[in-house]
Amino acid sequence: MSPILFYLFAAMTLVFAVAVVANRNPVASALSLVVSFLGLAALFVGLDAYFIAVIQVLVYAGAVMVLFLFIIMLLNIQAEERRKINVPAYAAGGLVTVAFIAQLWFVLQKFELGKTAFAPLAEKHVDDVRNVGNTLFSTHNLPFQVIGVLILVATIGVVVLSKRELK
Amino acid sequence: MTLTLNHYLFVSGLLFAIGFAGVMLRRNIIIIFMCLELMLNAANLSLVAFSRFNLVNGLPNYNAQVLVFFIITVAAAEVAVGLAIIVALFRARQTTHVEDINSLKF
Repeated sequence: MSPILFYLFAAMTLVFAVAVVANRNPVASALSLVVSFLGLAALFVGLDAYFIAVIQVLVYAGAVMVLFLFIIMLLNIQAEERRKINVPAYAAGGLVTVAFIAQLWFVLQKFELGKTAFAPLAEKHVDDVRNVGNTLFSTHNLPFQVIGVLILVATIGVVVLSKRELK
Repeated sequence: MTLTLNHYLFVSGLLFAIGFAGVMLRRNIIIIFMCLELMLNAANLSLVAFSRFNLVNGLPNYNAQVLVFFIITVAAAEVAVGLAIIVALFRARQTTHVEDINSLKF
């Protein structure tokens, strides 16, 4: 991936992630989240992870976002009114975030291995989906089936939670 | 100027920090939920970057990408269950503001 494209898509991801946090209107936040995920999918393509990029767009930008927008519109949430700001909570949250970014910066300064460039792949075009599928169904077959059970449990849980009266 | 692993790790860390700030600063439970998704995606980005960096026989390490696949699956299930809980909560309390939900507060 050329550095210009990397900076473009990284900036897109981060700017719209900030927009998710900063917007007062939940619908605008949800749409910013879609754009942020699309930028992230482009970064995945730059890392030769085509399958993950496609899954990212399908699952997040497709399914999860529709679910978020549906719930926001179902509950009819307006832009939240301004309330009295809880100053200690805001100060603590901002402080921890700034401390985290500073720590990240200093740790990455000392991480010498990470300063080497990415080695080129053996082939120009990797058979990405087949390789991920092979790994998924051979090495990680049991976790894959456990995930299937998890999704079944989640589906049943959602149906039970969404019933009108819980008795 | 070439791209290094640290570039991706820094973007991933910043994305995580933004999501974390959202969880700490916002009071709307749906926005908090979106910020959780941001944090999960930041972890995915660093996993994919490490997968591409640690080549196995000239190919990316696909174990990491399978882990990302699992994370995306679990996150999708989590969103479905979480939003169902939010809907049930909204039916009981008519609010999505976390400071109005304080029955368990000591």
